[in-house]
Amino acid sequence: MGKQYETVIGLEVHVELATETKIFCGCSTAFGGQPNTHTCPVCTGMPGALPVLNRQVLEYAVAVGLALNCSITRYCKFDRKNYFYPDNPQNYQISQLYLPICRGGSVEIETGEGRKSIGIHEIHMEEDAGKLIHDQWEDCSLVDYNRSGVPLLEIVSEPDMGSAEEVIAYLEKLRTILRYLGVSDCKLQEGSMRADVNLSVREAGTEGLGTRTEMKNLNSFRAISRAIRGERERQISLLEEGKEVVQETRRWDDIREESYAMRSKEDARDYRYFPDPDLVPVAISEDWLEEIRRRQPEFRTEKMARYKKEYPIPDYDIEIITASKHMADLFEETTALCGQPKKVSNWLMGETLRLLKERGMEPEDICVSPEHLAGLIRLIDEKAVNSTAAKEIFEAMFDRDVDPEQYAEEKGLKMVSDEGALRRAAEEVVAANPKSVEDYRKGREKAIGFLVGQTMKAMKGRADPGAVNRVLKELLSKK
Amino acid sequence: MDLLRLTALELGAGIKVGEIRVAQAAEAVLERIEKKEPLYHCYITVDRGAVLRQAEVLQKKLDAGELTGPLAGVPIAVKDNICTEGMLTTCASRMLGNFVPMYSAEAVKCLERAGMLIVGKTNMDEFAMGSTTETSAYGETRNPWDAARVPGGSSGGSAAAVAAGECFAALGSDTGGSIRQPASFCGVVGMKPTYGTVSRWGLIAYGSSLDQIGPITRDVRDCAALLEAIAVHDPRDSTSVERKDRDFMGALEEDVQGLRIGVPGDYFGEGIDPEVKAAVLKAADVLRERGALVEEFDLSLVEYAVPAYYTIASAEASSNLERFDGIKYGYRAPGYQGLHSLYKKSRSEGFGPEVKRRIMLGSFVLSSGYYDAYYLKALKVKALIKKAFDEAFSRYDIILGPVAPTTAPRLGESLTDPIRMYLGDIYTISVNLAGLPAISLPCGTDAGGLPVGLQLIGDCFQEKLLLRAAYTYERARGDFGLPAENGNALEREGE
Repeated sequence: MGKQYETVIGLEVHVELATETKIFCGCSTAFGGQPNTHTCPVCTGMPGALPVLNRQVLEYAVAVGLALNCSITRYCKFDRKNYFYPDNPQNYQISQLYLPICRGGSVEIETGEGRKSIGIHEIHMEEDAGKLIHDQWEDCSLVDYNRSGVPLLEIVSEPDMGSAEEVIAYLEKLRTILRYLGVSDCKLQEGSMRADVNLSVREAGTEGLGTRTEMKNLNSFRAISRAIRGERERQISLLEEGKEVVQETRRWDDIREESYAMRSKEDARDYRYFPDPDLVPVAISEDWLEEIRRRQPEFRTEKMARYKKEYPIPDYDIEIITASKHMADLFEETTALCGQPKKVSNWLMGETLRLLKERGMEPEDICVSPEHLAGLIRLIDEKAVNSTAAKEIFEAMFDRDVDPEQYAEEKGLKMVSDEGALRRAAEEVVAANPKSVEDYRKGREKAIGFLVGQTMKAMKGRADPGAVNRVLKELLSKK
Repeated sequence: MDLLRLTALELGAGIKVGEIRVAQAAEAVLERIEKKEPLYHCYITVDRGAVLRQAEVLQKKLDAGELTGPLAGVPIAVKDNICTEGMLTTCASRMLGNFVPMYSAEAVKCLERAGMLIVGKTNMDEFAMGSTTETSAYGETRNPWDAARVPGGSSGGSAAAVAAGECFAALGSDTGGSIRQPASFCGVVGMKPTYGTVSRWGLIAYGSSLDQIGPITRDVRDCAALLEAIAVHDPRDSTSVERKDRDFMGALEEDVQGLRIGVPGDYFGEGIDPEVKAAVLKAADVLRERGALVEEFDLSLVEYAVPAYYTIASAEASSNLERFDGIKYGYRAPGYQGLHSLYKKSRSEGFGPEVKRRIMLGSFVLSSGYYDAYYLKALKVKALIKKAFDEAFSRYDIILGPVAPTTAPRLGESLTDPIRMYLGDIYTISVNLAGLPAISLPCGTDAGGLPVGLQLIGDCFQEKLLLRAAYTYERARGDFGLPAENGNALEREGE
């Protein structure tokens, strides 16, 4: 029987902030411009250029700190982290070492094992680097500085997690909070949220920490889970073989499902951190702190509690809807317009989730506007469209937020409210199907279903099935 | 009329009333440059054609009444570490030998708004590191009072150009005395303003927490006028200060009645040249005779200023100069193989020995394990020096002392002994460490006819007080004149 091991995990999470402009200059943070078009002397490290802190970044950082129960550093500073690399135009990154903006917070997570509090060691603000593009054919590398200077928050947890499940729960919780705050879109695939995993193992029941490694290049929850399991196994095998774990940075290869060493502690860089003399220390006033505190949004837990009181919808719906601030906003705004929470919830829980899954999208990507969703619900209530047509309209709304009324009109999806046309069609169906009529009259009530279907077909689906039923019954009861 | 004898304000007045055309002033200066540059080498870049074209543009604006400032049309030189859009800006380094900025420093924009005519870019110590202008990659500048001597540094080209009549005023930058010391060696006026007074946007950084751009001029009036032109708040520089007291010309009064002047005894101890000491103390007497209350006191901590300064300035420089890597602009060595080799070769070939020395020193004091012992300790010394000045300014309005322990040394004497060269900054650097304003102005000559500089130091934002005291002294002293008029031997040869 081998020894039992436990895993100790801490995370460093980088989050790109959703500000309009960069952290130290006025350049756009928009993703995907032509290379080096969102740049200026500051974010390309030209001689004589100077950084000026974007106040929005500071405000976002404080809001995140408050949401994660941190203490806010009322007098914080920026430091330079010196290292040479071409994606870093000044060859130093402006970051925070000595006086980071937030310290000592915590996040509550819930897993199959129950509730647990994960400590936040600190949060600091820093600038992102540019991007290297290696041209193998030309044997050279090019640099795109569009991303250089995009604001980042680095959220450093305490080593409080013990499994991949806890790590994922922590990341999901963090992502929900950040999205509720509207400070980041937190997309792992696009790199607006990046997590480095610090992991060590130790014999179960022991106190001290084993030697840890840091794992990079994890760009999905799945990759994170696999990397954690893989690294845990790797470290345990080493220990079992009587070898030592080397403190190093490793890169995860999700395709080969294994990691390899990038650099060891021996060649760890000396970053020569020191306070950046170009930036003045930031003093945060009590008033401003209070103002940010006042502007904090309602977070998920509070929102769930309120929904339970205010809306007659199932708890399960509440859980799904509030998982995304964007979806919750859509729910509330649509409900405010149409006053029918149950119907709104049904559209979100049904068609919306189905289409999200089908399209491989996240709730954050929903583009349907509350006005249009409320409009669709009204069309159905007014029996202007039937349920098949409504689904078709909704799909178009989901893809490009079309106006349901207009779309139904253009596509001929509105129901015919002309009673005369319906009556004429029903009479023709009755006349053309004597067998069914006879069956019905003999007491086989189900036979009316066929006649309804035929009438709907004649009406090209644009009739209210209830009305068709009523008219048919009327005709059949006549002798 | 010999235009070159005029001060900047006298020339500006002549241009304003239409007695002198901007082109005349430009041609006079260009002619002087052509004649004197082979000897003095004050400039790294002068574009004759561009200067003459710009003179015409300015004249039109003057004629149209668009330029009304007192310095409109006056030719000025700019130190080569201050960015000028479309004009080579080298920092006197091989590293930036091909660097043409896409933007102008805010201070240069200020000169443009004042309607001044930029003549060219002046020589300096490489990246402003040095006290003699000998570390320039483009050859040394010579002192117009004695061409066998250095003009001081690092703004040696700017100070020498003003002294040699190759411009009417200049911008320098002062990190540890780089305006005041060359002004002193060249017999002109130089001021280092309170940190934050002049925007550092576009000033290629050496020691960011100490760097400050300032005027180098022929007299105190010109100094006040130029300071008024360049002291503006700039939101692009986080350390820029918004000042309401920008009417520095208004401070030019002959009045030191009751002004409390402290003379630090520790500035006159070991190492000071007796002739310098005598000239400076005589200047103190002049102010005393005009009604100032002059008293000797102990400033203390003077001996710690040099090591603290070289620790902080080098630490910042080691980081500030990292961007010069051969990747984006500037010098890239040929024949590199791979990234590391590109960095190493470009930086090895692009930087001179003094710059490398300070990068190594700065990298060392910031490295892990040494940070606390050196850099952090230096910051503590800096805070104590500031405190010592605060105490002094609770008793005195102005502190009076020498600018440098000696007059200008001979060329080639200083670089062989860098420690001695560093010690030459002893009276100027504590002013930068404390962020204070200080002015340097000539107060006599030594037996060899070389100018001696008087330094007046004020509390933060007390430039007006300094200007008033300096102006009062200057009026009492009488015209100091330019080197040619003082009968300098080499000048006579050249005439």
